[in-house]
Amino acid sequence: MSAGGRLPRWAEYGLLPLVNLAAALLLSGIVVRLIGESPWAALKLMVAGAFGSQDSIGYTLFYATDFVFTGLAVAVAFHAGLFNIGGEGQAYIGGLGVGLVGLAMGAWSAWVVIPAMIAAGCVFGAAWAFVPAWLQARRGSHIVITTIMFNFIASALMTYLLVNVLIRPGQQSPESREFGPGAVMPAMTDVLGRMGIKFASSPFNLASALALAACLLVWLFLWRTRWGYALRVVGQNPQAAVYAGISPERTTIVAMLLSGALAGCLGVNELAGSQHRILLDFPGGAGIVGIAVALMGRNHPLGILASSLLFGALYQGGSQLSFDMPHVNRDMVILIQGLVILFCGAMENLFRRPLAALLGAASR
Amino acid sequence: MDTYREVILIMAATIRVATPLVIAALAGMFSERAGVIDLALEGKMLAAAFASAAVAAVTGSAWMGLGAGVAAAVFLGLVVAFACVTHRGNQVVAAMAVNIMVAGLAPTLALAWFEQGGQTPQLDLPGQRFLGLPWPWAQAARAHPLPGLAYAELVSGHSPIVYLAAIVVPASAWVLYRTRFGLRLRAVGENPLAVDTAGISVNALRYQACLISGVLCGVAGTYISTVASAGFVRDMTAGKGYLALAALIFGKWRPYPTLAACLLFAFADAGAARLQGVALPGVGVVPVQFIIALPYILTVLLLAGFVGESVAPRAVGVPYSKEK
Repeated sequence: MSAGGRLPRWAEYGLLPLVNLAAALLLSGIVVRLIGESPWAALKLMVAGAFGSQDSIGYTLFYATDFVFTGLAVAVAFHAGLFNIGGEGQAYIGGLGVGLVGLAMGAWSAWVVIPAMIAAGCVFGAAWAFVPAWLQARRGSHIVITTIMFNFIASALMTYLLVNVLIRPGQQSPESREFGPGAVMPAMTDVLGRMGIKFASSPFNLASALALAACLLVWLFLWRTRWGYALRVVGQNPQAAVYAGISPERTTIVAMLLSGALAGCLGVNELAGSQHRILLDFPGGAGIVGIAVALMGRNHPLGILASSLLFGALYQGGSQLSFDMPHVNRDMVILIQGLVILFCGAMENLFRRPLAALLGAASR
Repeated sequence: MDTYREVILIMAATIRVATPLVIAALAGMFSERAGVIDLALEGKMLAAAFASAAVAAVTGSAWMGLGAGVAAAVFLGLVVAFACVTHRGNQVVAAMAVNIMVAGLAPTLALAWFEQGGQTPQLDLPGQRFLGLPWPWAQAARAHPLPGLAYAELVSGHSPIVYLAAIVVPASAWVLYRTRFGLRLRAVGENPLAVDTAGISVNALRYQACLISGVLCGVAGTYISTVASAGFVRDMTAGKGYLALAALIFGKWRPYPTLAACLLFAFADAGAARLQGVALPGVGVVPVQFIIALPYILTVLLLAGFVGESVAPRAVGVPYSKEK
C-alpha cells in the first residue's frame, strides 16, 4: 500500500471490492464461455436460483450465516496481524462441542440447551485455536503453518471420533444419532410463522440472528473497547504496541481465541440449525470461504455481512445452476471464490493504483 | 520369511508414496529458499494431475500428459510470482487463491470436456500411463527371495518418475550448494537487500525459483494422476501438497533431510494401510487416523522447537521492494 495508492474511504470500502469482484466474475464468465455455455444465462440462472423463491432465499441466508461466522473469524485474527487459515478445523471442533451438548442434553429445555450449545461451540473452537496461538506467541511457530496442520489434525480426530465413538450403533455411515428435541435451533419458518409472516421452509434458522449479533459484537469489540484497540495496534505495529505497554503475546492469544470461538459457532447453524446430528466433514469448506469473505469485506463486519450474502447466493445459486446447466456445477463457485481471493487479496494493488490515479485526476 | 516379505512390501509401498512428496517438497525448497512461501504446492500439483490426465486421455501419450502437467503448474507458479514478486502481494493469500481456484477449475473443466462427473476418463490404454520398468532378471530373481525379492520390489519395476525423483534429490543439493545460482538463490531468501546491492535482480531470481517449483510440481502432479492412479478425480492430491510442505519444514529446508522426512511420512502412510486393525505388542491397536495425523503433529512439535529446531529462511514471506 504505497502512498500513491491511497483511496478515499468510499472507494476503498465500496468501489475497490466491486471492481475486484467484477474482475473475478469476468474471468469466471470467460471460463463458462470456454466450456460452451452462455455466461449471461448462467448468471441469470444463479440469481434466480439464489433469490427466485422463498425457499431459495432461505438457503442463501443459511449459507451466508456460515460465512459470517468464518469470515468474522478470519477478520478478527487479521486485525491482529495474524492469518488464521484454521477456520475449517476450528469450525469442525467447535461443531463437536455443539454436538456433544446436543447429544447429552437434548432432552432438556431448549432455553438451557441452546445457550449451552453456543457456549460449547465457542469454547471448543477457541480451544482448537489456542494451541496454534500459544505456539505463535510463546514459541514463534508460524501461525499459518500450524493452523493448516491443525486443520488436518482436526479432520483425522473427527473421523476417528465419528467412526469409533460417536457413530450410532448399527449404522454404516459415520454419523452420530440425532439430537434431542431441545437441541434444535428454531427454524425461521416457525419463528416468522409465529409472528404471522409466512415463509417457506428451509434450513434458514435462528442462528442467523446469532450471526448478526456476532457482527455487532465484533464491531463493538474492535472499535469501541480498549482490548480491540490493543489488538489493532498489535496488528499494525507490534513494536509500537510494546512501547504502549501492550503485550503482543497476550493479544495474539486473545485474538485467536476470539477467532476460534467465532468459527466454532458454525456448528450452531449447521448442526443445531439444520443437520441435528454430527456428521463427517460438515463444515464443507466454509472455513476457507471465510478467507474470501473477510478479504472482500475489507475485514469490516458490515463488509463481511455483504460479502457473506454474496457468497451465500453464489453457493445456493451454484447448486441450482447445476440442475439447469449440465456442464456447469458448484465447482464453478469454488473457482469464483479463488478468483475473489486472488483479486481482493493477493493482487489488491493491481486495481488500487489505477483507481487512485483516476480518482485523483477527477478531483483535480 | 513372511516378516521379510512384509517389510520389503512396505518399503516398496513407501517408495511409491514418497515419490510425489519428495518432488513436491523439493519444489517448495527452491521457492522458499528464495523467499517465496510455497503454500501453492497443493494447487499446482492438482492442476498438473488434471492437465496430465486430460492430455494423456486425449492424445494417448503419457509424455504429452507430463508436458501439459508441467505447463499447467508452471503457469500457476508464474501467477503466484506475478502477484507476489511483481505486485508484492501477500504470498499466503496468493497461494490460497491458487489452491482454491484449481480445486474449482479442474473438476469444472473435466465435467465440461469429458462429461464424467468431474473426472477424466480412465487411463487404461498402453502408453497413457507411466508404467513400471522391470529391470533385467527381476522375475527370475524372485526365485531367490533373500536378495532377489528386494531387487525385484525395491530396485526394479518402478515408473520412470520414481527414478527421476531419485536423481532430483542429489541434483537439487548440487544446484543449491555447489552452483553460483544456488548461492544467489539461498542469499535472496536470507537477505535480498545484499543480493540487490551486489547488482543481481531479486525479482528475476524469485521468478526463476517459482519456475523451478512449477516444473517439479508438474512432475509430482503427473505422477499422482498417471502413475499412482489411472486418471484424475476431484481433489485427488488430498493434502499431499501440505504434507510435502510439512516434510520440507521437517527437513529444515535442506534436500537430504527433506528426503528423509518424506520417506518417514510415506512409511507412516504405507504402514497405516497395513496396520489397520493389527494389535502392536505393548501398544494395542493404533487408530489409522492417528497415523494419518502423525506427520502433522510431528511438524507442529518441530516448529514449536519441542523436537529439534527448524528455522525458516529469514526473508521468506516478505515481499522485496527496492524503494525502501
